[in-house]
Amino acid sequence: MTVTEAGARPQDGPETEEIVRPVAAHPVVELRDLTRTFPGPVDALRGVNLSVESGDYVSIIGPSGSGKSTLLHILGLLDRPTSGEYLLDGHPTGKASEGDRAALRGGRIGFVFQSFHLLPQRTVLDNVLLATLYSGVPRAEREERARAALDRVHLGHRLSFTPATMSGGERQRVAVARAVVASPKLLLADEPTGNLDTKNSAGIMDLFDELHADGLTLVVITHDAAVSARAGRRVRITDGDLQEVS
Amino acid sequence: MSGRPQAVVDRPDTTLDELGLTDVPTTRRDLAGRRLRRLVPQRFRRRGTAGLPGLERGARRDRFSARDLVAEAAHGIGARPGRLVLTILGTVLGIGSVVVTVGLAQTAAGQIGAQFDAVSATQVSVAPKTSGGSMGGTTRALTRLPWDAPERVLRLNGVEEAGLVASVAIGDVDITAVPVNDPSAARPTSPQVLATSGHLLEAVRGEVTAGRYFDDGHGERGDRVVVLGERAAEKLGVTRVESQPSIFIGEDSYTVIGIVSGMARRADMLDAVIMPMGTARADFDLARADELQIRIATGAGPLVKQQAPVALDPNAPENFTVKAPPNRSELRQNVQADVNAIFLALGGVALLVGGLGIANVTLLSVMERRGEIGLRRALGATRRDIAGQFVVESVVIGLLGGLIGAAIGVFVVVGVSAAKDWTAILDLRIALGSALLGGVIGLVAGTYPALKAAAIEPITALRGGI
Repeated sequence: MTVTEAGARPQDGPETEEIVRPVAAHPVVELRDLTRTFPGPVDALRGVNLSVESGDYVSIIGPSGSGKSTLLHILGLLDRPTSGEYLLDGHPTGKASEGDRAALRGGRIGFVFQSFHLLPQRTVLDNVLLATLYSGVPRAEREERARAALDRVHLGHRLSFTPATMSGGERQRVAVARAVVASPKLLLADEPTGNLDTKNSAGIMDLFDELHADGLTLVVITHDAAVSARAGRRVRITDGDLQEVS
Repeated sequence: MSGRPQAVVDRPDTTLDELGLTDVPTTRRDLAGRRLRRLVPQRFRRRGTAGLPGLERGARRDRFSARDLVAEAAHGIGARPGRLVLTILGTVLGIGSVVVTVGLAQTAAGQIGAQFDAVSATQVSVAPKTSGGSMGGTTRALTRLPWDAPERVLRLNGVEEAGLVASVAIGDVDITAVPVNDPSAARPTSPQVLATSGHLLEAVRGEVTAGRYFDDGHGERGDRVVVLGERAAEKLGVTRVESQPSIFIGEDSYTVIGIVSGMARRADMLDAVIMPMGTARADFDLARADELQIRIATGAGPLVKQQAPVALDPNAPENFTVKAPPNRSELRQNVQADVNAIFLALGGVALLVGGLGIANVTLLSVMERRGEIGLRRALGATRRDIAGQFVVESVVIGLLGGLIGAAIGVFVVVGVSAAKDWTAILDLRIALGSALLGGVIGLVAGTYPALKAAAIEPITALRGGI
């Protein structure tokens, strides 16, 4: 539960054919000496080590330009590290093919964005179903699971609404439902309350608490102190360096 | 561990017992894991192989299958109906114009064929070959048509009527309706004098408008009777034949027994004074007939062309020139060749414009939907999934345009044909093929925008929102 030294963790055991693999055989997220350098050169991340165990609730805080977004992109498999390795749920991702990374994204990561990213023309239910298309959820279960996910964010009564008719808080709850419908290992939230007022922010944070209580692993990137205070574990990023905040 | 919520929200609808998890979880994390399992009733059952060892993916049929692809593409197309209409307009016009062009050309070809059948395809003419003349010398017929030529060819299959035509040299005399010699009047031009056998009128599809045509008996007796072509009668001032008017060729009088018209194949007969062959031989020393006109049954052209010269002169059939209608298929091929050239030019340009329209709008749509593309990539879509979606969208748009265009084209062809009293002829394969062609155009036009969409990086795409 601390920022670990590189290579300190034992290697993963062989994969099994079980429906549910043994819990916590390895961390959900493990960054080993990870750097990301942009042409310039700009060192956005400098030798970052981070381990997030299953069930953790981690907030990453830091000022603008500190490397928060870069870290989020790396964690979300939207960007590749320049050096070092990122193990997601035990799988090395640095050199993995685009297809494998897409499969990992679809199956193991749920995204919640600051600006919600809901398709405006589609209904709430369709927006949630979208996440089941690419992640291999069996077709017969898709709708049932989408309804369950929407029930879970307390929007079960708004299935046929379009996002345009909903408040910001409701939209973000739809986005959360979409993020969890494919049962990811990791929920990545990028400034989830950045576009919300205080009341709606609190609602979303309560929802995150509920998800965490149900065992979901959350990583929330924010600069809002109130949001980061909810997390069990806080990590500060400054100029590309990561520090644990007690 | 500080600040971690310790409370586990237990909801009454799902208990661990229900799930068969009777053993008591010993640690909080163990419990969390069980809860996760509750949320995830069936974690991906492994099927297929991935590049990473142990990387689980859903069964291929569960991951963005063709059904999902089509459904997502349909939503993408239906999202902007107004734009869809504008997008398919180019293809509709292109495919429509192709169908109209081909359809009208086929209809017109059928129409030309029908006219041809009615007049030309049933007419054969036989004339003696001539020698010399090409270099300005005198021409000389190689042979002569026998006087009984009509009887000879009538025995052939496919011949319905036959008649001889000859032009009669009347010398330097005038043809007038009255025998008055008025020296002050300008000398009128005389109509041509023709001699024919008795059944020529039927052979050239002429009709009697007044009186009657002479028959073979008049010729045998050398009766001085004539029939006037419609325009010749007008020129000579003869309008009625009941009073048995006469005309004068030189100083000899001939009784007008009829006026004829029609004769599409020998329009010169309208301006002619026509007399029986026997009369011409007796009065003007007619030596030879110029031409044998034969009316044949449809389709008998090649046969009559081959047999008529032999029937006329078995010893030297090669000395006759026969003008017979071409075969139906030859005619059609000629017309089709013209049609194909027009079709290729017009249709090609129209389809090019339609394809460019689709490519343009799809490219615009890709740029507009960067946020959606980024979102889909974040949700696990591969580049191939994204490209596939846009290709299918443009194929469906093209297909839609093709179907509408083909339908409009068929309606136009039918409408024009109805207005012109034509028989609409349109190859069904052309109509269906054009609709499919629209899909192919969509495929070609959508490929580049789809590749552009697949190349979009999710990070940059997500930055802007949707």
